[in-house]
Amino acid sequence: MTSIGERLARKEDPRLLRGLGRFGDDQDRPGQLWMRVVRSPLAHGRLVSISKPEGAHVITAEDVPPGVRIPVRLKVQGIDLDDHLQPVLAADEVRYVGEPVAVVLADDPYEAEDLAELVQVDIEELPVTVDTADGTQAAEFELGYGDVEAAFGEAGHVVRIEFEVGRHSAVPLEPRALLADVDPASGALQIFGMTKVPVFNRDVLATMLGIDENLIHVHAMDAGGGFGVRGEFYPEDFLVPWLAWTLRRPVKWVEDRAEHLVAVNHSRQQKHVISAAFDNEGTLLGLKDDVLHDNGAYARTHGIIVPELTLAMLPGPYRVPAFHGRVRVMLTNKTPCGTYRAPGRFEGTSVREQLLDVAADQLGIDRVELRRKNLLTADELPHTRAMSTLGTDVVLDSGDYPGLLDKAMVEADRLGYLSRLESLRAQGHAAGLGVAMFLEKSGLGPQETADVTVSTSGAVRVHSGGTSLGQGIETILAQVTADALDIDPAVVTVINGDTVLQPFGGGSWASRSTVVGGSAVHRAAVAVRERAVRMASRMLEVAEEDLEIKAGMIGVRGAPGSSVSYADVAKACRPGSPYLGPDEPAGLTARRRFEVEHMTYPYGVHVALVDVDTGTGHVEVLRYLVAYEVGRAINPTLVEGQLLGGVAQGVGGALLEEFRYDEAGQPQAVTFMDYLMPTAAEVPRIDVLVAQDAPAPGNPLGVKGAGEGGLTAAGAVIAGAIRDALGLTGSVGRLPMTAERVRGLIEEGT
Amino acid sequence: MVKYDIPSSSERSEDKDTEWSVVKPAAFTYHRAYDVNDTIAQLAELGPDAKILAGGQSLVAMMNFRLARPSALVDITRIGGLDFLAKDAGGLRIGALTRHRTVETTKVDGFEVLSKAARWIGHYPIRCRGTFGGSIAHGDSTAEWCLLTVLLEAWIVLQGPRGRREVPATEFFHGFFMTAAEPDEMIVEVRFPRPAPHAALTEFSQRQGDFAVVAASARLDLAENEILTSRIVLGGVGPQPAVVDVDLAGQPANEETWRAAGEAAAAQVDPPSDGHGSGAYRKKLTATLVARALAEAAA
Ligand SMILES: Cc1cc2nc3c(=O)[nH]c(=O)nc-3n(C[C@H](O)[C@H](O)[C@H](O)COP(=O)(O)OP(=O)(O)OC[C@H]3O[C@@H](n4cnc5c(N)ncnc54)[C@H](O)[C@@H]3O)c2cc1C
Repeated sequence: MTSIGERLARKEDPRLLRGLGRFGDDQDRPGQLWMRVVRSPLAHGRLVSISKPEGAHVITAEDVPPGVRIPVRLKVQGIDLDDHLQPVLAADEVRYVGEPVAVVLADDPYEAEDLAELVQVDIEELPVTVDTADGTQAAEFELGYGDVEAAFGEAGHVVRIEFEVGRHSAVPLEPRALLADVDPASGALQIFGMTKVPVFNRDVLATMLGIDENLIHVHAMDAGGGFGVRGEFYPEDFLVPWLAWTLRRPVKWVEDRAEHLVAVNHSRQQKHVISAAFDNEGTLLGLKDDVLHDNGAYARTHGIIVPELTLAMLPGPYRVPAFHGRVRVMLTNKTPCGTYRAPGRFEGTSVREQLLDVAADQLGIDRVELRRKNLLTADELPHTRAMSTLGTDVVLDSGDYPGLLDKAMVEADRLGYLSRLESLRAQGHAAGLGVAMFLEKSGLGPQETADVTVSTSGAVRVHSGGTSLGQGIETILAQVTADALDIDPAVVTVINGDTVLQPFGGGSWASRSTVVGGSAVHRAAVAVRERAVRMASRMLEVAEEDLEIKAGMIGVRGAPGSSVSYADVAKACRPGSPYLGPDEPAGLTARRRFEVEHMTYPYGVHVALVDVDTGTGHVEVLRYLVAYEVGRAINPTLVEGQLLGGVAQGVGGALLEEFRYDEAGQPQAVTFMDYLMPTAAEVPRIDVLVAQDAPAPGNPLGVKGAGEGGLTAAGAVIAGAIRDALGLTGSVGRLPMTAERVRGLIEEGT
Repeated sequence: MVKYDIPSSSERSEDKDTEWSVVKPAAFTYHRAYDVNDTIAQLAELGPDAKILAGGQSLVAMMNFRLARPSALVDITRIGGLDFLAKDAGGLRIGALTRHRTVETTKVDGFEVLSKAARWIGHYPIRCRGTFGGSIAHGDSTAEWCLLTVLLEAWIVLQGPRGRREVPATEFFHGFFMTAAEPDEMIVEVRFPRPAPHAALTEFSQRQGDFAVVAASARLDLAENEILTSRIVLGGVGPQPAVVDVDLAGQPANEETWRAAGEAAAAQVDPPSDGHGSGAYRKKLTATLVARALAEAAA
């Protein structure tokens, strides 16, 4: 009996669909104080004074321990960012609109909001930097391999484009929320609402507060979406627990949407100058990219991993003999940046695929053919690129890239994409087809730990370090457990993200939960199974080799009546049991760790059909196909769900969403009237082809991550389709392709 | 008269541990009116910072952002008899409390343009709550009802302490949410003097349901294929609905006329730039949308 590969209904859903989920704002404590953040109304200036209105409990930088700054979670390239870290409250200078300068505490959220309005922040204005190129350079580094100059020297053709990706980010349905409370009995700080990397955040907080990490208990919660932004360590993640700890009163904070749009990590804003060298047959000889990365006002927890991933993943699934990338990370007076689903890959894929489209036209080669010709083939894998990202070498593990491209094109044709394109064009429409290929990465380490325990009723508990962000990880881990133990997944309960139950968890990010978390759970479950067999052999007085497990019963092979259940074994593991050896620990339980040496690299193809209204510049995405190699789909429905959601976000980034600023650094998209997320009407009909042709060799389940591949090539494919529709010879130049920009391109006809 | 106080936070009761308010606006008092005279009396009593609350689809959002800070709200949604579309002497009267959705689902001969245009207004839930009078009072320069009242030369009927008066729509909108209505007056209905069988409104926004970046409306009187009179009104090109000075009388009703009229309209406007579109882009939209509105009006 295997549960892997089953379209099991989500275990989370009975809770979530009945309104029984436990989200940030659902938590309350008697006597709690409500925190409201006072944010800088100006983009840059010297903080002169902050008024404390009569009767208001106002906390400013003077009140917090000195020198508390948001640390970098992921340090790469040996670059020190200490000078650019964000203080939890601005002390003498404000650097972006929305930067926390003070907090107000009150017994009621309404009162807190009223009082916060009365706090006068006096700021002496300083010059504002909005343009990336004018910013302060926080870091610069290069990544690459091979002799790029020689490749370009001998090239028959060099193709070069400039391409910008606009600033946008994740906007989860549930804004952030935190509740912290000191339990008087244990003296421990209880925290609700940290939902991405709870163990990391616990440790950061312990250091900041100068207390033992086991005095902090971060509880498991539901989260209304994460997408990279939610759950990182932000200023509020210090302020709320610190206030609760020092005041010895529960403190609650709930972010409103207007705050969210200026406070959470923004992402994506980059400018690329990219060129490719080809021989006369269209074979890629080398690739060069020069990137200007806008990181906003500070380096936050992600440090410079987004620019690093941009470069490291830039060559994608192609055979690129020589590559050189340089990135300059610039600080500007805008909201600081971090990761957003498919970080670095959305940007790099958009740029590279647009370059290939332009190159195909210039070389006179069909764009699918140009890609096929330059894709690494199955027998060239594994393929090592002599550069590292996130501290591990880039080793493309397994796959058949041209095979998937062919499959996708056949599927698009079968679904009528090509005939629809032709008929639209025959009717005089400016319709176009985009094709984009991408490489993803997933399963980042360094490790994940899981505990699997069978109780005396036969129920199974899994304590994992991932977090439930709505992605269905409880279901996946239950399926993995059920598969290893040969039991019904219905008896498995998964608890994620509780730092007491799982003190060594790594969190949910980077498409890692199924790959790394799943593998840890698999190992723990296999260990439980082995122990169960060992115990059963004592109970049944037969050799372990003579036992088999069928549907949750451990029995003697060939002797039907002679078996014990997991529940029986769990009872036999209780203290005092005659079956337990003298030093053997009680309980049918195991904790196991899975360590990752290298990431695993899923890949995919996006195909999109668009229709452009040449009068208004409006782009309608009519059809959208995602073909994605996942190694092994633990639950195909959930893989499809991940891909569909990714496309929706990708359409937003490709066409609509942008955090714009005026020259004074005032954000121009601070409501949903101005920050345009796609609605159901803008999301196209999506077809999904999940391939399981290339299992990952580096983990016991053979899985590759599925969290991001619906988004990765969305900018690329839509840009390509628009280019095709308008018959442009050059690049579309920039994302998002707003109607105004498309209308402009029609005019220019470049 | 019902009156609920939403107290300012400092006045709130002691029972704080278990109950707190999750409202966002600055403090205000809430009042309900049951007829038009009651409304006017309450507005007079509450002073110039009091506001009428109708569907709340514009006002409450602005209050939540604290961009609007009325001292008091007078809720008029329980007033009977103001939710109607009525034909009279060749024209049409629409009551101030008629929901957008009611207009959308009521087909009135000669006024088809109204029900067709309603589908451009926001999303279904917004159309079910928002009112015709609220939209006119709010006076957004891209609002469909504001454009169509100007296009169809309607009259806005106001009632206040000084009695009842009618203001032509062409003089009603003063720009950026300002209108000819005094703070103590209430819009009770809108009167359209004559039908417009050849009229259309079209618009563009990037997402379905958003306010128009540019909206174009057109009305024609046709004899066979010749245009007798024409009228074009634009939204999104200035602070109030803009009447375009293009006279198509005597011209043939064909694509070439529409295209040229679009170009002429675009040449006349000097739209502002904002995050939803630059002035130059709005000019291009004007050319496209005017041609489309005329073609649809003639169809
Ligand atoms: C997401 C969204 C999208 C929208 N899209 C559109 C759109 O595309 N096109 C569009 O036209 N509108 C749009 N709206 C606004 C909507 O149509 C509102 O319903 C309308 O603008 C105001 O009507 P209301 O009844 O809701 O008025 P309220 O919000 O209650 O009031 C608005 C203003 O009018 C005043 N007022 C209301 N009634 C009267 C009266 N009888 N006499 C005097 N003053 C009065 C109020 O005091 C207030 O100042 C949108 C709204 C939302 C939330």
